Amino acid sequence: MKIGIVCPYSWDVPGGVQFHIRDLAEHLIRLGHEVSVLAPADDAPPKPGGLGGAPTLPPYVVSAGRAVPVPYNGSVARLNFGFLSAARVRRWLHEGRFDVIHIHEPASPSLGLLSCWAAQGPIVATFHTSNPRSRAMIAAYPILQPALEKISARIAVSEYARRTLVEHLGGDAVVIPNGVDVEFFARAEPRKQWQGGTIGFIGRIDEPRKGLPVLMRALPRILEERPETRLLVAGRGDTEEAVEGLPAAVRERVEFLGMVSDDDKARLLRSVDLYVAPNTGGESFGIILVEAMSAGAPVLASDLDAFAQVLDQGAAGELFVNEDADELAAAAVRLLADPARRAELRARGSAHVRRFDWSVVGGDILAVYETVTDGAASVATDERTTLRARFGLARD
Amino acid sequence: MTTIIWIVVALVAVALYLSWTAGRLDRLHARIDAARAALDAQLLRRASVAQELATAGVLDPAASIVLYESAHAARSAEPDQREVAESELSQALRAVFDDPETAAQVREAPGGTAAVGELTQAVRRVPMARRFHNDAVRAARAVRRHRVVRWFRLAGHAPFPLAFEMDDEPPPALTAERGATAL
Repeated sequence: MKIGIVCPYSWDVPGGVQFHIRDLAEHLIRLGHEVSVLAPADDAPPKPGGLGGAPTLPPYVVSAGRAVPVPYNGSVARLNFGFLSAARVRRWLHEGRFDVIHIHEPASPSLGLLSCWAAQGPIVATFHTSNPRSRAMIAAYPILQPALEKISARIAVSEYARRTLVEHLGGDAVVIPNGVDVEFFARAEPRKQWQGGTIGFIGRIDEPRKGLPVLMRALPRILEERPETRLLVAGRGDTEEAVEGLPAAVRERVEFLGMVSDDDKARLLRSVDLYVAPNTGGESFGIILVEAMSAGAPVLASDLDAFAQVLDQGAAGELFVNEDADELAAAAVRLLADPARRAELRARGSAHVRRFDWSVVGGDILAVYETVTDGAASVATDERTTLRARFGLARD
Repeated sequence: MTTIIWIVVALVAVALYLSWTAGRLDRLHARIDAARAALDAQLLRRASVAQELATAGVLDPAASIVLYESAHAARSAEPDQREVAESELSQALRAVFDDPETAAQVREAPGGTAAVGELTQAVRRVPMARRFHNDAVRAARAVRRHRVVRWFRLAGHAPFPLAFEMDDEPPPALTAERGATAL
């Protein structure tokens, strides 16, 4: 099958959606499908010597030009728009002759929306975020609707994301979670210096929604009960600011590992006695929980809708009331003192994550592709959107 | 003179808008047709696999008859009876595969693994195809209810699209094994 995937965010910037698309594309290629990913990327030629310039793209990625940073939705987003991007989208669609195209985040004012406008035929779309309905979205509704109604199949990454999608845009979607390479995490080698009464946290330090402040508030109480505990924090951000206001004795028990590689992330998750996800909101899935469970780490997470769903309503990992540092501390102390319960969570987590493995998730996504391509022509550029075509002047 | 120009501009704009909306509707109807064809294919596939299993002699006689009856009824149902017949097939499948042992037993028979695999795929894809179909129907209905579309009869003679309502809950024993996710 010839599959075209559209990534709305810069390929050069690491992010959840980009990783998901990379893994999906590689999984599909392994299965023998032809895959092309259209993504914003710097296409300045690399300087001689390989230093500077753009990082080389994988062979299956086609650049749609550089993304422009613009203020959007309360933060600076790097988006692709304008005639140049639209022309590249058309050319990619025209040359690709895809059986199906898979657009990620079709409602974001970037490549996703441009491809929706420009294409016709079987279109699959995945909605990753569950943004609350913004005024811009309401104003853009008449523009968005004709583009979104071309989508033949909608995928939401969680039941929660599906609910918001149905509320905001109407219609329905199937739920297919994000995939994880379970084996990669399960096979990682634990590291000695990260073992022995350790709690793990992975995420941006300076992003309050990732919830590190909640964990920091709980830490003194955890150390009171179990003084030998250590907290390992992986992620970028200002480390000084993170431990501000903590007594020196507590600070000593916190170790910052900075940005870690994929391998180190897997080894960290394999090593810790407890993985804590204190996120306070803005999560529509929670891939990190799946990765932690794949690595066999017992998980303690805030009771966000998305997290509760990934953890099977608390059966595959424990939940605490969102932003409640006391409850987090109590649960962490209880779990650290109870190896039998941790072993039980490990076992349940490992069994539970099988459904998030790429073999299952990829199969589901392929099933969607096959369902929409049944009885439909292949993807083509939609000539009806141009003025010339409307007067019957377009050449075929 | 300028008034005439303005009137012409306005008329052209209205004509463009109507033509664009008609194109949009046309596309939506095409999408419904494709989704309906896909749904039909999946339903037919499910009924065929169920019928095959029923006649293969791998199930006990009572289960075989129940499954055969409902699969046959689903395949030969008149269009207005289809939703009921397909729902009954879903119920029959759930009743037959209520016990996880049944699936295990079928797998042991020669060619059983492939048959169960095919059935699992079919019961997973029916709800998918149905959801996509009903989503297309909803989008088309939203546009067709629009005043402009009704006044200018932009939908032509295309019948008002109807959703396909049925019980498509798959047997838990089949989906749980593959770790398939909730739909």
